[in-house]
Amino acid sequence: MVAGSQTGTQTDTSGELVERADDEGEIEVMSQRQLIWRRFKRHRIAMAATVVVGLLYLIVIFADFLATNDPYDSNADRQYTPPQWLRFFDGAKPDLHVCKLVGGRDEFLRKVYEPDCDQIVDVTLFGRGYEYKLLGITLDRHLFGVDDPVATAEDSLFILGTDVQGRDQYSRLMLAVRLSLLIGLVGIFIALVMGTMLGAVSGFYGGFVDNLIQRSIEIIRSIPTVPLYLGLAAAFPADWSVERRFFAITIVVSLFAWTELARVVRGRYLAMRQEDFVTAAITAGASQRRIIFRHMLPSFYSHITAASSLSLAFMVISETTLSFLGLGLLPPAISLGTLLFSAQNLQTVALAPWLLLPGLVVVILVLALNFMGDGIRDAADPYGS
Amino acid sequence: MLAFLIRRFIYAIIAMWAVSVISFVIINLPAGDFVTTYIATQLATGNLVLEDEAESLRDFYGLNDPVYVQYSKWITRILQGKLGFSFEFNAPVETVLAMNLLNTLLLGAGAIFFIWIVAIPIGIYSAVKQYSPGDYVATFFGYLGLAIPDFLIALVVAYLIFDLTGFLATDLYSAEYRTAPWSFAKALDLGKHLVLPVIILGTAGTATLIRITRANLLDELKKPYVTTARAKGVTEFQLIMKYPVRYALNPVISLTAYILPFIISGSVILSTVLDLPTIGRDFLRALTAQDIYLSGAVILFSGWLTIIGTFGSDLLLAWVDPRIRLEGD
Repeated sequence: MVAGSQTGTQTDTSGELVERADDEGEIEVMSQRQLIWRRFKRHRIAMAATVVVGLLYLIVIFADFLATNDPYDSNADRQYTPPQWLRFFDGAKPDLHVCKLVGGRDEFLRKVYEPDCDQIVDVTLFGRGYEYKLLGITLDRHLFGVDDPVATAEDSLFILGTDVQGRDQYSRLMLAVRLSLLIGLVGIFIALVMGTMLGAVSGFYGGFVDNLIQRSIEIIRSIPTVPLYLGLAAAFPADWSVERRFFAITIVVSLFAWTELARVVRGRYLAMRQEDFVTAAITAGASQRRIIFRHMLPSFYSHITAASSLSLAFMVISETTLSFLGLGLLPPAISLGTLLFSAQNLQTVALAPWLLLPGLVVVILVLALNFMGDGIRDAADPYGS
Repeated sequence: MLAFLIRRFIYAIIAMWAVSVISFVIINLPAGDFVTTYIATQLATGNLVLEDEAESLRDFYGLNDPVYVQYSKWITRILQGKLGFSFEFNAPVETVLAMNLLNTLLLGAGAIFFIWIVAIPIGIYSAVKQYSPGDYVATFFGYLGLAIPDFLIALVVAYLIFDLTGFLATDLYSAEYRTAPWSFAKALDLGKHLVLPVIILGTAGTATLIRITRANLLDELKKPYVTTARAKGVTEFQLIMKYPVRYALNPVISLTAYILPFIISGSVILSTVLDLPTIGRDFLRALTAQDIYLSGAVILFSGWLTIIGTFGSDLLLAWVDPRIRLEGD
């Protein structure tokens, strides 16, 4: 997959009113931030994408609260249960419920569950479920669920069906979104630190250092990512703990991402080195550090944000791909990739197509991040046309 | 011109050296040397490896030497075409690679060809008819192609085709041709099986190339010479094809080299999902089995291939575009 993009989408090309004199002759002044925000708001797709990204990050915080079943609770009897649709009305009366699953045997005497809509299972809001920790507090309330912590297979709620071990796909999806987005966040942090530092050094000092960093970036970018990532990931022992592997994989996926950030930062530095305000700061005797971090860096926060959101998308895809191939995160870790790992062959997909749903989440997430990043980049320079 | 070539050549050599160091590091990353792995695999199959046999293996592969000596020995062997031994396939690495080389090359070349014939016309169309419904559709699919992981496209498309037509889009040969000698019928069978993988593999690259062609051409269309030509009464089609398109296609040459790593990455994933007999599939098998000489060779050669590709496209660009040629003097 291709990280980021070469060009932004086209936006409205009308000029910007920076200052506007009103009737009383007063002058309205807008800060840089307000200008960028104003321009960004016009980009409707980018705004919608930002809302989607925001919602997905809410899942990061409230994953357990949104989940309905214990994501690790397996029961081979109820494997590949199809999704149960939530129904909001009982006749004309509003009532949240699902059709009850009735167990039977198929022609091969395997246990199968069929929805029987004559019997219903009530779904309660804010009911009790498995215990989890949110910000250090142990809770057992969930947004919705069946109000019986030890529900039998017949009384459970599987709104996205179950996987091969009979675990609730919806609850697992919530936790997967959390882990995959966390990988992106930690990875972006690493990439940001490396990218802005090396980019700034490269752009500010120029010369030999610049040459060295730029050539290294070119070399890193010339290596096909999947073989490299896979090679590195395969070197991690399989008996590492989930946390250790998480960090190792995060570092692997951020290996490539920092180069894009460094490129953006360097480009901005080079463009800005000659600007009047930098000369002014130098003349005023500001230290180099102050010039870089106080005067120059803030003026391209938006560029960094745009590049970060594109890199984040790339990292999510990388993690998903690695885990899908069985070399990234490994079970029991629940990520979008490990969920898709169970949908690895056509037979499984044909048997339980709902196992592909995490893939849809990946697509939505990556699309949203791309649109948001493009929107920010278009808005990043509020004075340009 | 010569100075430009020499500089580019030196960059390429340095890059190839760096990639070889990275591959060497990856080969040596797993805990324990590969003789330990070898002994373990032999034990698993019930063969005992004697201690002095292990020691002579270590000597042969120079595992008792300092790291830089090991590296220079390794790279010398590579340059002599001796890539090491693959435990997983129980054959020399070069034999394993040669086995599926043709399939791999056909798949990759097919995907690049597909990207060219699909992306460039669409890119031109959406630049010339900017903001038309067709442009929006192309842009949307461009985004979608970027956002869907390769393996997901492969899974979903293969599933849909299987569901609708009963055609199982896995493998590159039908059972009756798999071991048969080459014949016209076998080539036809291969061609039939290649269509779908080539399209899937090309999707992501197509998305990128559409975006870049469109952006380049949009920049060109604003230039005064286009207005001049239009004022002179050149037909719109001639005008676009004769000047801006030719100019906007220059980056396309360099982009083919840029796309190469993605094609290689994509083919590994695709081959695994669709079980295609390519080097990519062997590579993943080697990785899961910690068969380091095979996986190291694949990482090394895919990196080298990209660098050579980039160098080649630099040459091609210099030949096509005099400004690049002259800049170097």
